[in-house]
Amino acid sequence: MSYEFLQTLWFILIAVLWIGFFFLEGFDFGVGMLLPFMGRKDEERRAVINTIGSVWDGNEVWLLTAGGATFAAFPHWYATMFSGFYLALFLVLIGLILRGIAFEYRSKDSNPKWRRTFDWMIAVGSFLPSLLLGAAFANLARGVPINQDMMYTGNLFTLLNPYGLIGGMTMVSVFLLHGANFLTLKLEGKLRDRVREASKKLYIAAAVMVVLLAATTYVYTDITTKIGIDPGIIPIASVVILLSTILFINRKMEGWAFISTGVRFVLTQVAFFTLMFPRVMISSTNPEWSLTISNASSSQYTLTVMSIVALIFVPVVLAYQGWSYYMFRKRISTDKKSLVY
Amino acid sequence: MDPILLSRLQFALTTIYHWLFVPLTLGLGWFVAFMQTRFYQTRDETWRKMTKFWGKLFLINFAIGVVTGIVQEFQFGMNWSEYSRYVGDIFGAPLAIEALLAFFMESTFLGVWIFGEGRIPEKVHLASIWLVAIGSNLSAVWILIANGWMQHPVGYIINESTGRAELVDFLALITNEKAWVFVWHTLADGLAMASFLILAISAYHLVRKQNMAFFKRSFQMGALAGLIASTLVFLGGHTMGQFMYESQPMKLAALEAIWETEQPASFSLLTIGDLSGKREVWSIRIPYVMSSLACNDFSCEVRGVHEIQMQYEQQYGPGDYIPLMVVTYWTFRIMMAFGFIMMGASAWFLYATRKKNYEKAKWMKYVPIGALTLPYLANASGWILTEMGRQPWIVFGLLKVEDAVSPNLTTVDLLISLIGYTAVYGSLAAAMVYLMKKYAIAGPDAALHESVDAAPGRVGAQD
Ligand code: HDD
Ligand code: HEM
Ligand code: HEM
Repeated sequence: MSYEFLQTLWFILIAVLWIGFFFLEGFDFGVGMLLPFMGRKDEERRAVINTIGSVWDGNEVWLLTAGGATFAAFPHWYATMFSGFYLALFLVLIGLILRGIAFEYRSKDSNPKWRRTFDWMIAVGSFLPSLLLGAAFANLARGVPINQDMMYTGNLFTLLNPYGLIGGMTMVSVFLLHGANFLTLKLEGKLRDRVREASKKLYIAAAVMVVLLAATTYVYTDITTKIGIDPGIIPIASVVILLSTILFINRKMEGWAFISTGVRFVLTQVAFFTLMFPRVMISSTNPEWSLTISNASSSQYTLTVMSIVALIFVPVVLAYQGWSYYMFRKRISTDKKSLVY
Repeated sequence: MDPILLSRLQFALTTIYHWLFVPLTLGLGWFVAFMQTRFYQTRDETWRKMTKFWGKLFLINFAIGVVTGIVQEFQFGMNWSEYSRYVGDIFGAPLAIEALLAFFMESTFLGVWIFGEGRIPEKVHLASIWLVAIGSNLSAVWILIANGWMQHPVGYIINESTGRAELVDFLALITNEKAWVFVWHTLADGLAMASFLILAISAYHLVRKQNMAFFKRSFQMGALAGLIASTLVFLGGHTMGQFMYESQPMKLAALEAIWETEQPASFSLLTIGDLSGKREVWSIRIPYVMSSLACNDFSCEVRGVHEIQMQYEQQYGPGDYIPLMVVTYWTFRIMMAFGFIMMGASAWFLYATRKKNYEKAKWMKYVPIGALTLPYLANASGWILTEMGRQPWIVFGLLKVEDAVSPNLTTVDLLISLIGYTAVYGSLAAAMVYLMKKYAIAGPDAALHESVDAAPGRVGAQD
């Protein structure tokens, strides 16, 4: 296999890992942020958590694997991005820590104060990574200051520009909607009705943000003029499919509503990565200094080895993760006897 | 403050912390899987309760390993970007494979195990805990392959045109013997830690005459496994010493405080150095012992720090190649002493269980609980020795720590993250110890209920 082919293959694989992450962890970030607002009684909150209880950790591994794969396949990309976005990533990590520990510890003590603290940790811990990852991706599209040694020369505030913030807020609002759609799919009774009502409001926020992001993308980024691969109608389709979600919400077709927000993530990420290709980080200082799949990648040998490993194990992972979702496909009720703590 | 120092401090803090909890996960996983298997085979209710009780503690501990591990995965890029550029070609591979092979496996099946009871076939539920135990130990194997490469680089070339180290032999990377002695020593360490936890908690209840059958069985298991594991830890450690003799002679000399080359080499019982930790002031030594430890031969030569320093200056250019001696010397002593005490203690506990009413013995009140500190301190000491003994190298002989840090980070960035991690990790430890204690003391019957104090109160009730 040629070197270019392998580099492209790994670019695609990393894109797939991010898509998996946003699709899966997207709803459980949303569920996390909604938790204190949707669950009013303790059993309700437990039911909300249980909708993702068995899967959130596996979903998070998509992020870890995206990180690990970037390290192995594109060390310069990993090094520049992670050291460059240092404080933003630090906050992402703090968020993930708070959230993860709260999922496991919240119900291990029945003191209401203890539980309320952990519930808020789940919400805050889901909000921070959503906001910051959204901002990070927007900035990747926009370009960040990188010098000729592939070094990031900005700071945290460089990332918090208007377009970055719009990207972050869009991510939060879309996760919220995706989470709400997931909850209506997994819950029953009064709790589900409450979430359904909320999802109508969340829809408005998400729709406004997505349209705003699409419009500002034309203003702030060069990816419409310096197109990698023409994504065709994919970017537009991703906006349209999000806008269509309301039809499913109103008709109580919760499965379709969830699929439509999910497909939006797929389309948006596909659009993002095709427009970036073959660049992985755009230098706003000098386009010549951008990181691309060829100047940021590992050697051909490493890519070959990693391709073989991935070829064998990715299908296995997909099979058992899919199986675990299938196992727990039933709706969750707030009936105390059936709740797992 | 020096950004290099801050990055090092942060890495040491977060990794030691991660590794304070991980070995227990590694070891306790096997115990829980074994207990559940015994229940499956015998239908003996005690085995079921044991699975539940020790499983609960397993989960409380596991959570910390998971959340602190996420930091580890990203830290190389965040704080050690030049390192990541230079060796990502090689080092990134085992890390990515670890995520793909092990993290997915353990996290997915842990979810299945927690939520699956009574919902999925019993056999599948049993298989899932085995997959969790195998997955977490597999992750240890891959990370130790990565670390083993940093200690003893193999299977690479330096590509002059890209200025990076590149992998040329994957097989050499994964069959690196250094890594496999790490695996041996470390996995056994996990099992030993779990055994000592089981011993401590069982003794606590036995002294109070609670759930005698349950805890007697646990205590016996802990003693037997503890003896086997600490023996394996010792044998692995001994093998490591011999490896070090060949691949990292400086570390060996530093952990023994051997300044001048000796043949045959003596073993230092006590050495006092000067404040810089680089010169000997006074020592008591036992002749021949070090030679035998290092190469299974009473008369081989063990080279001293000064000689190796001179050799390295010629080989790698001018510089200080002597690690901080006080640290390597004392961490080695702590680890080794505690290792021997652990072997002795578990043999003694095992012997004691032959008597009928051993729980009435006076020592049962304090010894097993006190002994719990041993594996924790030995484990941390072992890693501090391993990592600091390799200074000034981050990858031995290839890349120095000072050339590995992210050049763009400021002192302020680093202070924010260092203080942030310290605060969050401190609170995590408090919550974890609180829950561990609560569930350990509450005993097996409470673990059968979903939450220790049943009847959860209403939270923010509005309707
Ligand atoms: C010898 C074993 C070992 C060593 C040296 C390390 N870890 Fe670890 N790690 C584990 C053994 C382990 C584990 C037992 O497998 C854990 C504990 C809980 C868990 O889920 O996996 C874990 C958790 C864990 C996780 C979370 C997995 C999840 O969410 O399920 C990550 C990302 C890492 N580790 C990464 C690292 C990195 C990058 C290390 C390098 C400094 C490191 N670990 C040292
Ligand atoms: C239980 C496991 C480990 C512990 C407790 C541990 C401990 C430490 C300590 C104490 C330091 C600081 C040394 C110093 O400042 O002089 C350090 C440094 C470091 N270790 Fe580890 N380590 C562990 C495993 C690993 C593993 C598995 C890796 C790689 C996969 C690794 C990579 C590093 C790196 C990159 C540094 C920074 C460079 C340095 O200061 O030497 N460590 N570690
Ligand atoms: C019984 C006597 C022991 C001996 C002779 C021994 C020997 C060693 C040696 C020589 C090293 C350094 C290896 C290197 O860096 O190349 C080491 C590291 C280490 N030791 Fe021990 N050890 C003993 C007991 C223990 C105990 C009881 C524990 C914990 C329960 C422990 C945990 C560790 C750990 C975690 C490391 C670092 C991991 C590694 O390098 O794989 N050791 N040991």
